[in-house]
Order: sequence, then C-alpha cells, then structure tokens
Amino acid sequence: MFKKLNNIGDCGIICDFGEEVNREINTSVIKLFHHIKKEVLSGNLKGILNYTPSYNKLIINFDLEEINSSKIINFLESVDFSKLNLSQNRKNWTIPVCYDFEMDLENMSKTLKIDKDEIINTHLNTDFFVYMIGFIPGHPFMGDLDSKLFLNRLKTPRVKIPPGSVGIVEKFCNIYPYESPGGWNIIGRTPTKLFNKENETNPCLLSPGDSVKFKSISKEEFKKLSNE
Amino acid sequence: MSNYFFEVVRPGINTTFQDKGRFHMQHLGVTPGGCMDLDSFSIANALVGNSLNEGTLEFAYQGPLLKLIKGKTKIAITGNVFFQIIRPDKEILNGECNRTYVLNEGDQIDILATKKSVYGYMALQGGFNIKAFCKSVSVLSRAEIGPNEGKKIKINDKINIKTGSNDRKNFLTNVPEKNKKVIRVLKGSQYDYFSKESQKEFFSKEYKISNLTDRMGMRLEGTVLKNIISTNIRSEGITKGAIQVPADGQPIILLTDYPTIGGYPKIANVTSVDYNLLIQKIPGEKIFFELIKLREAEQLYKEHLNSISEIIKNIKEIN
Repeated sequence: MFKKLNNIGDCGIICDFGEEVNREINTSVIKLFHHIKKEVLSGNLKGILNYTPSYNKLIINFDLEEINSSKIINFLESVDFSKLNLSQNRKNWTIPVCYDFEMDLENMSKTLKIDKDEIINTHLNTDFFVYMIGFIPGHPFMGDLDSKLFLNRLKTPRVKIPPGSVGIVEKFCNIYPYESPGGWNIIGRTPTKLFNKENETNPCLLSPGDSVKFKSISKEEFKKLSNE
Repeated sequence: MSNYFFEVVRPGINTTFQDKGRFHMQHLGVTPGGCMDLDSFSIANALVGNSLNEGTLEFAYQGPLLKLIKGKTKIAITGNVFFQIIRPDKEILNGECNRTYVLNEGDQIDILATKKSVYGYMALQGGFNIKAFCKSVSVLSRAEIGPNEGKKIKINDKINIKTGSNDRKNFLTNVPEKNKKVIRVLKGSQYDYFSKESQKEFFSKEYKISNLTDRMGMRLEGTVLKNIISTNIRSEGITKGAIQVPADGQPIILLTDYPTIGGYPKIANVTSVDYNLLIQKIPGEKIFFELIKLREAEQLYKEHLNSISEIIKNIKEIN
C-alpha cells in the first residue's frame, strides 16, 4: 500500500511507498503497476499515458486534456491492495552470460578479497528480481546480490561499454542494452537482446517484477548465440 | 500509396519525424518523445486537413531544403520560421507561416531559419509515408527508435508522400505571437530539500538558458540552489518539465525526450500551459519562475486549449 499520493506538475501523480527499498515494497509497487496497466489497456481508465514503477514509487503520467489529478487520486484511493495479484504477470527468465568478457573482475577480487570464481558463482546462484526498467529502452535494474559483493560505482565511468555488458553496483545488477557510457563494474556480457525493435508487440524482453537467473556460457556459445 | 517523394538537398540541424509521441512504454525505458511544440504541430496538421496526430517534420534552428522530385502536394509550415519556395523557373517566393502552399514537381522548399525561436513544423496534406513503431512515428534518435531507422534526416534521403493531392485551395489562420519571460511552475516532489533562501531565490532571480539545451533537457545558469537534505534520491519516474537540481545547484529542465527515470531532487515542475513557450526560448534568453497552484494550472491549460481550438476553427480559405 502506498504511504502518500502527490501531484508532480499538472499531469503527473506520484505514489510513494516509503523510503525503504526491498523486494516486498517493490512488489507492492509492481502489483499496482500491473493493475493500472490492465485497467488502462482494457479501456477502463482513460487519459493515462504512462505508468512507471521504480524501487519504491510509481509515477502516473496523464493527458490533462482528458483527465485530471483529482480523478486519478480517487481511482488510486479505491484500489484494494489485498486483491492485487502479481504471480500471473510474473515471468522467469534464464539469461546466458559469458564471463570471459569481464572488465573489472581482477579489481573487484582485490577490493572484496574474494576470488574471481566465487564472485562468478555468487552471481550465478542469485535469483534476481527486476525492480525496474528505465533510463534507456530495456535497461533493467535487478536485485539482490549477496552483501559480500557490494561495490560502489567506478570512480571514473567508462566512456563506452559494449552492448550486452552485465554490471554490478551495491546489491544491484544491470545489463546495458545499447553501447553507452557507464560506471558499473562489468563482470561479463550476454548475447541476449534486451530491446528488439523488430518485435513490435513485445520489444522489451524483461518487465518489472520478472525474475532472472544467469547461465554461464563459453566464448564459442556466445558467438553462436550472437549470430542467431 | 503514391510514388511521390521529396529529396533532401540539405537536412538542417535536427530534422526528425514527430507526432504526439509514443505512450504506454515508459516502464520499458522508452520515453514518450513526440513533438516539442504541440500547438505548432497541431496547427500545421489542421491547416492541411490532416488528423491532429499525423506525423510531421520537426526542425530546429535551421530546417531542411527539400526538392519535390515527383508528384504534387500541399504543405503548411508553422512556428516562427523564415522560409522560401523556389519554383523550377527560379522564381523565389518568401513563405508565410500558418498558411498552406501547393507544391508542384520541381519545386523546392527551403526552410532557412527559425526566428527568435527553436522549433518549427512542416505538415503535408495526407501525411508522410513513414513506418510507425509501437503506434507512433516519433523519432527517438538516442535509442534509434521510429521511422527513418530512428535517425534524423540526412542529405539525399528520399521522403515519401502518402497520397497525391489535386486540391489547389490554400488556407491560412492567424496565430498570435507570445513573448513572456515568466514561466509558471508547480512545486516539485523534493521542493523541501532546498533551503528557505534558495526557494525564495528560485522564484525571484532570473535564470539564463544555456547552450546545453536539446530535446532531452535545458540547462539553466543562475543563482546556485542549496540542497540541505541530499543531492541524490532513489531513482524515480520522470515527468516532462521536471526541474531537477544536481549537486552543482544549477537547474536542468527535463524536456520531451526526458530519461524515463532519474535520481536528482526536483524543485519544481513546469506547467503544461507554459511548456511550449519555454521550449521555444533560445540559449541566452532569460526567464523567471512563478509558483502557482494546481487548480490554477489546470484552469489555465483549459483556456489555452480553447485558444488553440479557436485558431484551428478560424482557418479560412485564401481568395
């Protein structure tokens, strides 16, 4: 259940679920997100343009020509959270990753005082939860890593990171869908396309609330999958 | 579909196809994008008799030079734009905004510059023959999404026209010029993160629009705002017109191609009624912010929409 509702600008509402960031709170955010998405796409709630979950908030953008914030607040206040279900919308994914393409394992191993294989195994054994997708198309923020792998961002972000790079910072893991600058610690690369412009009905592989496990692959397998 | 088309002789600085934007995808990291100036965009489409969400060519500062290689069509240019129509016999016509022109084979349309403004629009009767992605023809060049492979138009590109037109009638309307320095805003989600003094200064000191301004954001220069709580917040969803303040204390206004989530505190949010006015301001111009209440912002936007409907209703045939 959200703790408070506020307007942001004259065509946005922010549902605030409190300061804490954990799976339980994020699951509530995502339950509400799926509920709103369903209501909007089935035509029950008109004038809503976007609904964007993040760790502990949900932002709703609307068309001021069709609806206003007080109507949306009324709708949100009438939502019965006990009836919202997540499991039916939740997908499980296995994403292949080739750790030979790491860029930071050596330094991470030194900083954390854990050997490289253990870092890789811990990453492989984690059941990740997709907290949110954003900043650029298809870019997931996943958690939660074991605290023994907690690291900060690189002091100097890299100018270019190849697409598919898998990075970690604190308890989160991400995948860069496009070549871009970035400051995450890169531990490998996936051949899986996170955002596919050729697939118009479902261009984005992951959705907030999904779960992800990684599977280790060799360089040869990486090449083969990249060409598919 | 016709086989009529333009050839791009000069692409201009930032010329892209745009409609109202691509919605229901922000949770996948896809920003809505769309036209920067919804008013000029809508008026352009209305002048040529299109639906108000038909894709147009948006240009910034210097527009394109297009040659109609095959066919005939009718166009309208909106915004505050200096342009010429060059006939095949070299006759040059100085163009007027907010009216239509019939173009014949061999005609060139030379969009030279926007005047004291940034964005202008060219609509075509029946529209451009371009491919939508997820129900929108807006180009998001950062992610290479949309028609024309998600890119700005470039020299020698072929721009296809959906349908031919034998309609020789021209239309015009009158669009009053707006020039005001005050941008009305609502309080932002983290308004209380800023010191009382900074809150006061934000609404009394002028801010200059810097050169670091594009479709994604507008960086301002002025009084440094002091954050007394935290210069970073947990990343949260963004709305158009959010005024965020990073650690250096200089505000950045997030515009139409905003990143979908962000982690800087937001002091205020530009109202819908003043958004178009803001994005047409050029680097170097100075603005002031005025704080208003939500109900007032809603009422003002309603009045604004009525004024645009009036402009569209007043489209008249030229005798």
